[in-house]
Amino acid sequence: MPTDRSSDQLSFGAYLGNILLRYGIPLFIVLLCIYFTFSAPKFLTVDNLLNVLRQISINTIVALGMTFVIITAGIDLSVGSIVALSAVISTGVLKNGITLFGHTLQASYPWNVPFGIIVGLLLGIFLGLFNGFFITRFNMPPFVVTLAMMTIARGLAFIYTGGFPISELPQSFIIIGTGYLGPFPLPVIIMLICALLMHYILTRTTFGRYVFAIGGNEEAARLSGIDVNRVKLIVYTLSGFLAALAGIILAARLGSGDPKTGNMYELNAIAAVVLGGTSLSGGKGNIGGTFLGALLIGIIDNGLVLMRVSTFYQYVVKGAIILAAVLLDKIKEMRKL
Amino acid sequence: MAYLVMRGITKQFPGVLALDNVNFEVERGEIHALVGENGAGKSTLLKILAGALPMDKGEIILDGKPVVFHSPLDAMRHGIAVIYQEFNLVPYLSAGENIFLGREPRKFNGFVDFKKLHAEAQAILNRIGANFSSRDIVARLSVAQQQMTEIAKALSQNAKIIAMDEPTSALTEKEVEHLFEIMRGLKEEGVAIIFVSHRLEEIFQIAERITVLRDGKYVGTKRVEETNRDEVITMMVGREIKEKIPKRPAKIGDEILRVEGLTRKGVFSDITFSLRKGEILGLAGLVGSGRTEIARAIFGADPIDSGKIYLEGKEVKIRSPQDAIRLGIGLLTEDRKRYGLILPMTVRENTTLANLMEVAMRGFINFSRERAVAKRFVDELAIKTPSVEQLARNLSGGTQQKLVLAKWLFTKSKVLIFDEPTRGIDVGAKVEIYELMNQLAERGVGIIMISSELPEVLGMSDRILVIHEGKIAGELMREEATQEKIMQLATGGSIADR
Ligand SMILES: Nc1ncnc2c1ncn2[C@@H]1O[C@H](COP(=O)(O)OP(=O)(O)OP(=O)(O)O)[C@@H](O)[C@H]1O
Ligand SMILES: [Mg+2]
Repeated sequence: MPTDRSSDQLSFGAYLGNILLRYGIPLFIVLLCIYFTFSAPKFLTVDNLLNVLRQISINTIVALGMTFVIITAGIDLSVGSIVALSAVISTGVLKNGITLFGHTLQASYPWNVPFGIIVGLLLGIFLGLFNGFFITRFNMPPFVVTLAMMTIARGLAFIYTGGFPISELPQSFIIIGTGYLGPFPLPVIIMLICALLMHYILTRTTFGRYVFAIGGNEEAARLSGIDVNRVKLIVYTLSGFLAALAGIILAARLGSGDPKTGNMYELNAIAAVVLGGTSLSGGKGNIGGTFLGALLIGIIDNGLVLMRVSTFYQYVVKGAIILAAVLLDKIKEMRKL
Repeated sequence: MAYLVMRGITKQFPGVLALDNVNFEVERGEIHALVGENGAGKSTLLKILAGALPMDKGEIILDGKPVVFHSPLDAMRHGIAVIYQEFNLVPYLSAGENIFLGREPRKFNGFVDFKKLHAEAQAILNRIGANFSSRDIVARLSVAQQQMTEIAKALSQNAKIIAMDEPTSALTEKEVEHLFEIMRGLKEEGVAIIFVSHRLEEIFQIAERITVLRDGKYVGTKRVEETNRDEVITMMVGREIKEKIPKRPAKIGDEILRVEGLTRKGVFSDITFSLRKGEILGLAGLVGSGRTEIARAIFGADPIDSGKIYLEGKEVKIRSPQDAIRLGIGLLTEDRKRYGLILPMTVRENTTLANLMEVAMRGFINFSRERAVAKRFVDELAIKTPSVEQLARNLSGGTQQKLVLAKWLFTKSKVLIFDEPTRGIDVGAKVEIYELMNQLAERGVGIIMISSELPEVLGMSDRILVIHEGKIAGELMREEATQEKIMQLATGGSIADR
């Protein structure tokens, strides 16, 4: 009984299925867009599409760092809390300066805004380093270390603010989140610059190559002379830095540094990364995919709001769509073998 | 008709026709060897038989009935078991639990009946003469014992055909003997055995028939008594090749590496030796004598408790592989899948991994240079791959070993440590690797070669250190070394006439 699996025997349904598999997430996005266009008339307008891009900019920036972390077969659960902490610290510092041991360090106008931003970014770098240090130096699982950091950073954000948002921010700060360059919102521009940069680092540099090597086989990477700990340290630092950047943009857009923001951002970022085809077991992934993943999530969120689906249902629908999209990718992978 | 008939089997991978209309037959109670060069398609054929890979074309007829296997479980139900080189065992379960994994005998209340499980597992283990208990944890068993566990697992499922992919390559001589006894016993019971090996002497010792594949094509099947080594080799490579070990004496220069009193507690102690430029130093000894561990310590992969290392006369501190590579020391590990390659990376990326700076400028990789480097090595080492963009995962076992070699050649090391360099490598490629070692020696590279194949140690080394239980048991110059002397030292004896 000879078995022949040539393609000319495929039914039309299987043919459609194959197309869906071949183009995976991008096709999924297009189909979803078509659907939303018909069910929510406002969806396909330039304003709304730019709006989607602005909405995804924060998640994308966080997810960029997460992509690096996940490619090394790690995870960073602290990013959501770092977003919040950086939001409150940068806004707090730009308003009130830093008070340590009774001395206050404050930059005067107009330098208070860059000062606050820089302190926020440095904080993200520091917390990322802290994550990386415990993960590499004591060989602790990233899940545990960053889970601890998640609650520590969240706690610090509450302590710093006493639980109240920091508002009445200067216009020169708010513009980062609300301004435009030509037709493009500033957060979108920042996101695109970051994504391009990260793409180049990941694909063109020796560092990026090492990131993949570590995720693919950490021991073989070490035996090939790669300084595994240093690479991992940088990766977690990068993730902390990008989360802090996202926190600053978020505070600027909301016009306040709120210790309660950034909730569940780590999960949204992980979802974007996984939707983008990066494997949670490491060694595989790309920035373009992460961007598309974040875009898919953004479109779902936006479309469901425009369709006036109630928030409670949104959660369920969004989860189901993410599951379907990843399932699609898995089937595609299995077919290839 | 034969018990198992595979006919017209064809399998296409992207860019590689791995099997092209291959025929293969096995009788009941027969030991049938499957041979061919690296990448000839042996493992692929076994995977198809096991139901682990779908075939594009062809048919499998078992006991006169056509069958189609959709999964390994499917094949298993038809009495076919394939034992791969990387075992499919759960490391932290006992041997018995592994043997009955997913088919545990139950008590009436639904709980696993461990008493019965271990009694039955032990009976099977005894049947094949295993020297360990069904209750032993798999992770603590030796390679040979794990293999026996796999065989017992196959038997527990009433396998009528057991296929083994290079089962002897990681075994000691004694263990190979034992495996052969097991195989002969199974044969008496009517089990058919398919046996893949690159060692022709083994094949002529154990097999009744030999089937040869070349480049995915079926070349022919011979009874052992009707053929000989040379004919089989010619069938394999399509031309005549000399099997001789082509040692060329190189000019031996100044000392390049010296190790003094190297000790790692409980593993090896007081290792002192030196290596000179252009010299090939063989490290002989039994599997588990500590040779690999000594190599890893010199390379900085494991810490040492005491001892000094000198490179070109200067003391050096090697705390990590990174240090070693910077100083010009390379280590080709024995287990290529686990330690040698990044399997989800391409041939190109693996080639340059240990010396990426060489093809980069200020941290940016120069892709055209990298590709050129990879292409050069693919040509030089005859690495069988459709392109340098092929994933290492998709290469055949022996081809992967060549890729590891390419990686270390590209580091331009002054000292290279080869740990079992020809394991899983076909006859022709073996000679190529020896030639390569000759060339390296001529260029003044100092080579340490760990090998369990005595003819190879004797043939290629200028000098031989024999390791026994973590200590140097003796040193033999090329001229005085014999298999007997090495074995005597390796097993703890001393040489009377020295
Ligand atoms: N999953 C895969 N994808 C692409 N090519 C593959 C895959 N598996 C095997 N190949 C290719 O198919 C050919 C046959 O490989 P196979 O592993 O069967 O060789 P082999 O005879 O077992 O060789 P060796 O003696 O080196 O183990 C090789 O060229 C190999 O690169
Ligand atoms: Mg093979």
